[in-house]
Amino acid sequence: MDKLLEVKNLHVKVDEKELLHGVDLTIDKGETHVLLGPNGAGKSTLGLALMGHPRYTVTEGEILFKGEHIEEESADKRAKAGLFLSFQSPIDIPGITVSSFLRNALEQRTGKRVKLWDFKKQLNAAMDLLQIERTYAERELNVGFSGGERKKMEILQLYMLDPDLAILDETDSGLDIDAVRIVSSGVSEFLKQGDKSLLIITHSTKLLESLHVDQTHVLVNGNIVETSDRSLVDKINLEGYAAYGSQE
Amino acid sequence: MASREKTQVADIDRTIYDIRNEDKDAYRFTSGLTEEIVRKLSEEKNDPEWMRDFRLKSLEIYNSLPVPDWGPDISGLNMDNIATYVRPKNNRMQGNWEDVPEDIKNTFEHLGIPEAERKYLAGVGAQYDSELVYHNIRKEVAEQGVVYLDFESSLTSEYADMVKDHFMHLVPPTDHKFAALHGAVWSGGSFVYIPKNVDVTIPLQSYFRLNAKGAGQFEHTLIIVDEGASLHFIEGCSAPRYNVANLHAGCVELFVRKNAKLRYSTIENWSKNMYNLNTKRAIVEEGGVMEWVSGSFGSHVSYLYPMTILNGKESRMEFTGITFAGKGQNLDTGAKVVHNAPNTSSYINTKSISKDGGVGTFRSSLVINKNAPHSKASVSCESLMLDDRSRSDTIPAMDIRTKDADVGHEAQIGRISDEAVFYLMSRGISEEEARAMIVSGFADNVSKELPLEYAVEMNNLIRLEMKGSIG
Repeated sequence: MDKLLEVKNLHVKVDEKELLHGVDLTIDKGETHVLLGPNGAGKSTLGLALMGHPRYTVTEGEILFKGEHIEEESADKRAKAGLFLSFQSPIDIPGITVSSFLRNALEQRTGKRVKLWDFKKQLNAAMDLLQIERTYAERELNVGFSGGERKKMEILQLYMLDPDLAILDETDSGLDIDAVRIVSSGVSEFLKQGDKSLLIITHSTKLLESLHVDQTHVLVNGNIVETSDRSLVDKINLEGYAAYGSQE
Repeated sequence: MASREKTQVADIDRTIYDIRNEDKDAYRFTSGLTEEIVRKLSEEKNDPEWMRDFRLKSLEIYNSLPVPDWGPDISGLNMDNIATYVRPKNNRMQGNWEDVPEDIKNTFEHLGIPEAERKYLAGVGAQYDSELVYHNIRKEVAEQGVVYLDFESSLTSEYADMVKDHFMHLVPPTDHKFAALHGAVWSGGSFVYIPKNVDVTIPLQSYFRLNAKGAGQFEHTLIIVDEGASLHFIEGCSAPRYNVANLHAGCVELFVRKNAKLRYSTIENWSKNMYNLNTKRAIVEEGGVMEWVSGSFGSHVSYLYPMTILNGKESRMEFTGITFAGKGQNLDTGAKVVHNAPNTSSYINTKSISKDGGVGTFRSSLVINKNAPHSKASVSCESLMLDDRSRSDTIPAMDIRTKDADVGHEAQIGRISDEAVFYLMSRGISEEEARAMIVSGFADNVSKELPLEYAVEMNNLIRLEMKGSIG
């Protein structure tokens, strides 16, 4: 197996408070992992720490991506290396259009100039696929967008930027059934681009229905308490987290 | 961590603006301002008698008025050090680009004027020091009856009476000390007259540039847009930097007649030793529209509050402004509006960015007179401070004398959101680029109002200013 992400004994602190207490996680190339857990367990913390949010300090442990240490790298370097995080609550950026933002990001990601004409074609195709109106390309990023539209924007970026590992943080939450279907077909299209890995953070299972899952992890109080195959998803669905000492 | 680029650029790269020519001026006056100097200046210019008298009267007023004490400190400005009149040796008006003296031409070439003219502009009045050296107006615009003259020529032209009837009527020398100074020593500038119902479809542009060390610039701009006509006038300023205090005390008077429309755009980028004490004023008659687009990036100290008098019913004004105050800059900018007729409306929308210890003050004055019922006014200012050393203040004043008015005011002061920076970085964009994008985005509603090449210039300025802001 080809290791893409290796997290070893990861401790993460935010504002002097430790939120992750030694997480171990290995994701191989082409694998889809699911991270389940009750609210406040530290799922988003893990996602943000992996992406390199400056407020999330790694106090102990290692993060290796493609065999390289990235604990100290800034977020842009991690993104260029092929890591992507779909945010739970994507922020709005006034004055920057979806199109100019994506083109800029794409140039950074690929390290090449992107021709406007080629870019427009690619963007239109991606927007059609995700059933996003093309006029959104010239709108300011996430300004006045609904929760569902913001999530679709995240998947649009995922599809365009084509990373090796995508962390999807609650991408399915707050979406209606149609939107979940669109988002999940977007994710499937991304996977088709070949040898892609996913870490899906969720506390529901809507998005998982149409996806192949290799491993499922349960995170409770900053520790991974169980790792198993897909069947764990169904078990949690039935029984919740009570078995792990959580009320939820 | 991989070695992150730590640039420490204290100032923006001004190399293209900082080309200095050998000071070969023949006519620099001795320092300080006396009646003798004003008389000599008037003589040099072959002023008509009324203008000579106007200058001398203004000088008296200048000497009687106090220096303003309510704004940024201007004690670094020593009038005795400012030669009021400097002109290039070859000061004949030039109609052809080829005839402009070589060193002066090079300077303009660096600023992109000839190309800009060819591509975008209907006419160029380029002011070098105190005299216009190059002045041209495209033939087709001239054929529409559009008059675009350098100010000195306008005094002896067939429009002389019109000029006399309007000159410093909107901004009288008694307005403030620097208006009086302007009245005494004004030199250069433009006179524009757009005849009735003429729609000038391409913008007219003037470009001011100060070159000589310690020289003041006092250009006068007078624009009359007659009934039903429309015009977009672009004023651009830039100067090389010197260590001696420099003063700019220009004056802009705009007359917008019934149902006429004028858009006046400025990107001001004086060097950072400049005292920019400029006065701009417009009067708008019935159904007329005045639009200001104002970008202030340069100068050491600025006092700049373009004023609009909505004098006819249903007249409107819109002011869009941006100010970027960096290290060593104290930019006091804003807008004034007086509603003086029923159903008038005004909309003031400004953004201010301060960085590296810069001070940006937004100052506005809104007056709705008793005779202006059913008027609407909105004042909005947003400030972005890029670090803890910088300062941003908002001083809005309102004087509403009718109950029947709709007035809105909004002020916001903020900082760059760390979450927004992280979001962009998580997509592969560097921290510096992310910050520059956010600042450009903040300024976006202003850049949208600018002609393309100016929007690009403004974005470049923002990027240059942002470079090195992360250490």
